[in-house]
Amino acid sequence: MIEGQPVVDWAWIVRNLDNIGARTLDHVVLTVLAVAIGFVISFGLALAIRRNRRLTGPILGISGILYSIPSLAFFMVLIRFTGIGSILTAEIPLVSYTILILVRNTLAGFDAVPADVVEAAEGMGYSRWQRLWRVELPIASPVIIAGLRIATVTTVGLVTVTAFIGVQSLGSLILNPGLANFFLTAVLVGSLGAIALAVAGDLGFMLLQRLATPWARDRALGT
Amino acid sequence: MSADPISQQAGPSHGGGAVVALEHLTKRYGGADAPAVQDLSLRVEAGEICVLVGPSGCGKTTTMKMVNRLVEPTSGRVTIDGEDVAALPVVELRRRIGYVIQQVGLFPHMTVADNVGVVPRLLRWPGPRIRERADELLDLVGLDPRTYGARYPSALSGGERQRVGVARALAADPPVMLMDEPFGAVDPIRRDRLQNEFLRLQDQVRKTVVFVTHDVDEAIKMADRIAILQRGGILAQYDTPDAILAHPASEFVERFVGADRGLKRLSLGRVRDLPLVEAVIVEAGEDRETARRRLAAINELSYALLVDASNRPLGWIDQTDLAGSGPVDPEAATPGARTVEPETTLRDALSAMLDSSVQLGVVVDARDRVLGLISVDAISEALRAPVTTAND
Repeated sequence: MIEGQPVVDWAWIVRNLDNIGARTLDHVVLTVLAVAIGFVISFGLALAIRRNRRLTGPILGISGILYSIPSLAFFMVLIRFTGIGSILTAEIPLVSYTILILVRNTLAGFDAVPADVVEAAEGMGYSRWQRLWRVELPIASPVIIAGLRIATVTTVGLVTVTAFIGVQSLGSLILNPGLANFFLTAVLVGSLGAIALAVAGDLGFMLLQRLATPWARDRALGT
Repeated sequence: MSADPISQQAGPSHGGGAVVALEHLTKRYGGADAPAVQDLSLRVEAGEICVLVGPSGCGKTTTMKMVNRLVEPTSGRVTIDGEDVAALPVVELRRRIGYVIQQVGLFPHMTVADNVGVVPRLLRWPGPRIRERADELLDLVGLDPRTYGARYPSALSGGERQRVGVARALAADPPVMLMDEPFGAVDPIRRDRLQNEFLRLQDQVRKTVVFVTHDVDEAIKMADRIAILQRGGILAQYDTPDAILAHPASEFVERFVGADRGLKRLSLGRVRDLPLVEAVIVEAGEDRETARRRLAAINELSYALLVDASNRPLGWIDQTDLAGSGPVDPEAATPGARTVEPETTLRDALSAMLDSSVQLGVVVDARDRVLGLISVDAISEALRAPVTTAND
């Protein structure tokens, strides 16, 4: 901490409210994009695995490798291909990191649909797609939403790192002062903002889960 | 069951049944040498309950699933009212066939009413009609739609779930129902009640039912006809329960139905099926001498039945109890005249009679008034009577 600097410079916050708001919005957009695209890809992959169980190993293996790449390295390497400060450079790793969590949870959700329910649905004349959308997906949704909660919280944290590759977010507030003229207030605002977003995303999905699954309220799967 | 034509039946379901015919069905699973079902042919008449029964691995469930094409036969075909089931789009076929399984498979995310309305919704019935139908069916299976309609399956007991499962299968009034060990997961007391309820329901709806069980007693109770399958899906015998118990076609069938098949046959008959013997009735307070003379006039009976003023049985009384003169003392009777009702099975009646001092059963009506007597001889006579067979 630099001598003589107050812990929180309230005047700076007031002067920079517009900037803080804009960075928060950037952060939300980056997170929502990553989780939404990640979910679409993961849902497709999970359906592919359900059709052909032999895909389980390769798909989970590749998502596991992607998940294990150090984030900073992933972003830096991509700069060579997709450019510095580009949304694409940020989103490719962000999306990649959601896939392992979302594929696993989507599969676990579908596996949690009781076999007798599936048999009854088939025997009563649901087509394959009707069964998926009207029976299996609603029953799987608590576990799938639990996956979305984890993916969202993780992504909110990772988005701050994209500041290093010149993409604007709450991370920019943390990074901008730089180590040379460290400014605690900006770091605090950026960090607390990110934490608040993570908590808000988590609570939002929890609420969605409650609303979407009144039948599972007592059992509260995935909470 | 009554023989009323289906078309004349009023009630919540009047679709009636359809003839289901299995023709030379064979199912071979890939990799297995022996077929699971082998050249199986049988015909289930409209409105009958056909129970497929046999030891595990006999292919009974596979056979049933070939009707709604959850399993496709390797060769042979299934027809419903003459129409080959393979000719229909599979989802359309299944929506026309009620399906009940052991674990019920209610949809946990739908209310009871929505569960019952599943097939009507798939068939795109208008909303109000679906709701009306769901209420009607919940009523039919003895669940109050106002209490149960909005509940989720997790709030139901096992027996209630099973009833909802039956209501759901009946929702679109399908002519054919498939039931795979539907009462297998409930305790014996509830199972008995559900079986009785289903038989009463079947009297109203008259569906053609293919029912799978491994339990011979359930088969005997539920079936109009039983198909006994042996390992490898070979039809060992197809006949009425009575005929199978009286004349098992093979040693396998004989062993499968059990050594107590005589007793099992008795559980098919009811007291009302037997001719009643008229009792010598003595009313308490009557003059002893007239009573004595009445009893002496009938040679076969050495006991008279003492009744009260409302014709309700008090006990047995013999010649020595009637000696002397004066009114008959109600205390003189040997208590413990076992009563049976016309609906009592012959098996239960026999058991009651063996238990009593006099080997006669007193048949009483619902108000406990004496209708007549049945004897052990009459019951054993019933077992010797010719059986009703499938080939009549």
